[in-house]
Amino acid sequence: MKASLTLGKVTDFLGLGFFTTLKDLFTGKLEKEDFKDFLRKSVVPLASILLFVGLWHLGAKSLYNTEADFKIAKALKDQGQAAADALTACIASGESSCQPNTLPSPAQVWESFQSLLRDHNIISADKAAFAEKTATLNAKRVAAGKDAIVYTGRPSFVDQIFRSLQTVFAGFLLALLIAVPLGIFIGLSPTLKSSFNWFIQIFKPVSPVVWYLLVFMIVKTILIGSTNDSSFTISFISVGLCSMWATLVNTAMGVSSVDKDYINVAKVLKLGTFQKIFKVVLPSSLPLIFTGLKITLSVAWMVLIAIELLAQSPGLGLFVWEEFQNGANDSNAKIIVAMFAIGIIGFLLDRIMLSIQNWVSFDKTDAI
Amino acid sequence: MSIITENSIIKEVLKTTSFASKDVMLDLKDLKKVYPTPKGDYVVLENLNLQIKKEEFVTIIGHSGCGKTTMLSMIAGLNSISGGNISVLGKHIKGPGPDRGVIFQSPSLMPWMTSLQNVLLGVNQVFPHASKAQRNDIAKYYLQKVGLEDAFHKKASELSQGMQQRVGIARAFAIKPKVLLLDEPFGMLDSLTRGELQDILIEIWNKEKITAVMITHDVDEAIFLADRVVMMTSGPKAKIGDVLDINFKRPRTRKSVLEHDDYYAYRKHLIDFLEH
Repeated sequence: MKASLTLGKVTDFLGLGFFTTLKDLFTGKLEKEDFKDFLRKSVVPLASILLFVGLWHLGAKSLYNTEADFKIAKALKDQGQAAADALTACIASGESSCQPNTLPSPAQVWESFQSLLRDHNIISADKAAFAEKTATLNAKRVAAGKDAIVYTGRPSFVDQIFRSLQTVFAGFLLALLIAVPLGIFIGLSPTLKSSFNWFIQIFKPVSPVVWYLLVFMIVKTILIGSTNDSSFTISFISVGLCSMWATLVNTAMGVSSVDKDYINVAKVLKLGTFQKIFKVVLPSSLPLIFTGLKITLSVAWMVLIAIELLAQSPGLGLFVWEEFQNGANDSNAKIIVAMFAIGIIGFLLDRIMLSIQNWVSFDKTDAI
Repeated sequence: MSIITENSIIKEVLKTTSFASKDVMLDLKDLKKVYPTPKGDYVVLENLNLQIKKEEFVTIIGHSGCGKTTMLSMIAGLNSISGGNISVLGKHIKGPGPDRGVIFQSPSLMPWMTSLQNVLLGVNQVFPHASKAQRNDIAKYYLQKVGLEDAFHKKASELSQGMQQRVGIARAFAIKPKVLLLDEPFGMLDSLTRGELQDILIEIWNKEKITAVMITHDVDEAIFLADRVVMMTSGPKAKIGDVLDINFKRPRTRKSVLEHDDYYAYRKHLIDFLEH
């Protein structure tokens, strides 16, 4: 009972109430009057997922047939009947070298997902073995003042996800550290607001690719002569600069639109500037600041892929790009796996931000 | 937890506030307020003169939009003065300050703070040299006075409108202002809650005797609370139209006021003025 209570609380808190009803169904706790609610919250989403997968399957099958027919017709025209028959047999046998290159089916994507997990397990085991093997040697090297030997093997899919998360959090943190203080200053001072307004209006719509190029120009020169790989630095700074605008605008708006009554109270009590900011202005604009931060995080995650791809910084973006270039038989399926990983992680990040927002916000009805 | 009644700090403050020998606490001289509009200046108040004595409770009534709130917020320092001057104990006011406490029409509490924190916000500002425990005691004393001893740590957003206004009253009294300005503080409450809060207000006021200026629309409220009821003429160019002394003894109870022989004469006087 206690365990289920905590699960319910956790899922409610994260806004995933759907799991609670689903769990209630299996534990037989569902009341009759809850049945409609259950239909709406669990069955309908599940049905729509099934419908989506079904349509995807049919679509992929039809694309596969179109591609296969075209290939066979081309072989017939260029090389004659024998080649066409051989190709038909080859495609039917499932031989990987002659498969049509098109949208993978749900089953293929699932298969690729599992193979990526297996790959991850192998690489993890490899890494662990490597660490064990070099442990004593590294201890000696560190004692002698040399750099430890690190694993330089290929990163697994899961490693790439964690690298991407690192980049996004570094970028998010940068955006937060720049946009929140700057937004407060802009919101407090009409002079600063008018002097910064053009700057915000012009730079807000700039595309991630251009931000990347700009950051690349600057960071490359700053880090000139450094042997370290600057791709991570460049990509997280670009992510931060792309995504900080929502927070900047929302913070400035929140700070400048604090309820007049609160400002009057602060005036009557003659609160100092510092106290006014930290006791009145900031708490009352927190909900808006958090809405901005939520948008910032989701924008950061969205532009990350493009920027990693450009910066050749390890992560999901690079993974997608390499798979596309690779052109192996299961590359397309792996790209779709990455797509789902990106989507699901983006959704979870959004939920986490929403929970934090609900937690810090004084007005519980405010968050959407 | 010991609740202080006569704190040394409060005495200290009272010593410094009671140096002036004159009887006038608040003096409005030839007060004028002009709002510039595209069609020329709009004069809200003109030639407004009013003197309020120490320890006096004055209520102000007048028609909506006549400039009562403008006048009050000018006294509070939240609205600029176009002409004439306002002085507290002979000193011209410059902007807002904690010597003039305000109870706003909406409670204006910080919803993210507890009721204690809301009161402490002012107390910390006015008694910066007191110890933390002393400041806590002051805040708790006034919250107790308004009947919120069980709600020290409740968030302001969790309190009902009436309870929020109680915190507003506690916050205003706790900073020990020389003048208390009340801008229709009970206007948004239902009549039962309004009566309760009037009783609470007058009970604390009887003890503290802080010079008070209160705007109200309610004739009975004006009579029940005031030593003098000031009637303002309708705008534009509003000024003081009439002043009525209320000669009921204090402390008053609602019952004794209602049963007093002069009550209906006072009431008629005010209503005649308003319907004039």
